[in-house]
Amino acid sequence: MAKWQAYGAKNMNAKKDFPILKRRINGKEIAYLDNAATTQKPKCVLDAMDDYYTMHNANIHRGIYKISEEATEMYEKAHENAGRFVDAGFQEMVFTRNTTESINLVAYSLLPEFQKGDEIVLSRMEHHSNLVPWQHVAKMSGARLKYIELLEDGSIDMESAKKAISRKTKLVSIAHMSNVLGTINDAREIGRIAHSNGAMIMVDGAQSVPHFQISVKKLDCDFLAFSAHKMLGPTGIGCLYGKKEILEGMRPFLYGGEMIREVSYESAKFNELPWKFEAGTQNIAGAIGFDRAIGYLRSIGMDNIRDHGKMILAYATRRLSEIEGLRIIGNSRHKGSIISFDFRGIPPHDMAAILDAEGICIRAGHHCAMPLMKYLGVNGTSRASFYIYNTKEDADRIANGIEKGRKLFKV
Amino acid sequence: MGMEKLYLENIIDHFKHPRNYGVVENADIQHHDHNPLCGDDISITIKIDRGKISDVKFQGHGCAISQASASMLTEKIKGKNIGDVKGIKSDDVIKLLGIPLSPLRMKCALLGFQVMTAGISKHKYGLREHGI
Repeated sequence: MAKWQAYGAKNMNAKKDFPILKRRINGKEIAYLDNAATTQKPKCVLDAMDDYYTMHNANIHRGIYKISEEATEMYEKAHENAGRFVDAGFQEMVFTRNTTESINLVAYSLLPEFQKGDEIVLSRMEHHSNLVPWQHVAKMSGARLKYIELLEDGSIDMESAKKAISRKTKLVSIAHMSNVLGTINDAREIGRIAHSNGAMIMVDGAQSVPHFQISVKKLDCDFLAFSAHKMLGPTGIGCLYGKKEILEGMRPFLYGGEMIREVSYESAKFNELPWKFEAGTQNIAGAIGFDRAIGYLRSIGMDNIRDHGKMILAYATRRLSEIEGLRIIGNSRHKGSIISFDFRGIPPHDMAAILDAEGICIRAGHHCAMPLMKYLGVNGTSRASFYIYNTKEDADRIANGIEKGRKLFKV
Repeated sequence: MGMEKLYLENIIDHFKHPRNYGVVENADIQHHDHNPLCGDDISITIKIDRGKISDVKFQGHGCAISQASASMLTEKIKGKNIGDVKGIKSDDVIKLLGIPLSPLRMKCALLGFQVMTAGISKHKYGLREHGI
């Protein structure tokens, strides 16, 4: 508890760094609890992007003049820091638009490698972004999709994983942390099973990278995808980590300027890593904003962020569990600070609207995981997801808001 | 906006005790649709007898606004002339609810109406056979 208080005090300070959290909705302070969808941006991130456009705006990697050199340096520094953040080398970190594009990059680049008889293994809890690209690959190549089943508590059934992954498996792609259930999966162990069968492992880190320290070396994954906007950075910039030897052998995803070394009318030689995968003018301001977000997260410390997440999850889980008629969906022992719930008598959309009137932002619906909803036997859930600026008070407010809803709906 | 204005007693009542809930047997019109954004889902079945809606039922799940609105709509059209029902406008449905709606909630409120309208227009050829 001492640690909660210690970080709690620091956390109260975090709120002040986010201008949007000073806004009032319906006369009430915002309790922003939709962090699994996107996080808010601290002032320093907004300032960093503003500074780039105001003082250093130029295209990168070509201008032989001061401001272009500055922009190039800022962009490459962002690359370096993004790689370092997950323990990846400079050439192993590719900037994309977001997690979805990172997964598509791998899917499209590897598409010609798949053939009939190959299998792609996913889990039942995947977000559409780690599902639909593989459906496309399967359809185009004749490969087969297989799914790892879940246990009652919303965690991966490792026995099912061992059964699903075989010598036929070419690639396993799995969420590191579920955006619906909050479950943190043992991606390392699943990767080990994949590797022992000669398959590659891709980890969807959209939810996990913002919440705890990840080392791609320790995880021993072949690919890791994540988005800046879920970790205090701007939208429109994301990352794909890939093992150097794998990226080197892969075809580019997008073709055009910047990703080439030499071009003739007949052919082209591709640029070195990571630029081979970054065609066209990049989201330079986005990368710079992301770099600043990484710096901000590091100044707090990922271990503190994980501790805060654990504590707020424990507190909010306790508060919500006390509410009669409320059922938390996803009760794994290994969870990040995401709570999906079902409340008897109030549909998720109405729940979100009732809480909105109290200034509380939550998500309602299928959370881009329609097959999972069907698998769980629900039409949708209400979801509260927490991040560094959320406090115990925010958890109290959602609990009180739900009680208000109960009165309104007379349930 | 205060939630008391949105979730009027009448709306909560229709949501918790939907009128004309279920499926009409041997229906002349049946149609289903859903709102992918929030997962509202409504099916409507209608029986036509001599140009009149002799029976109508709806079934579905989703938010209170979508379900209450569909429930109210079935009450409004039951026993009505099919020609009159075709004349119902979306504004009439909003009036039925009697609450202010954001553009997002408008989609919920009008789902039942859209399902009904699509069902009727899909079957207009069939209706002609019934002598309309």
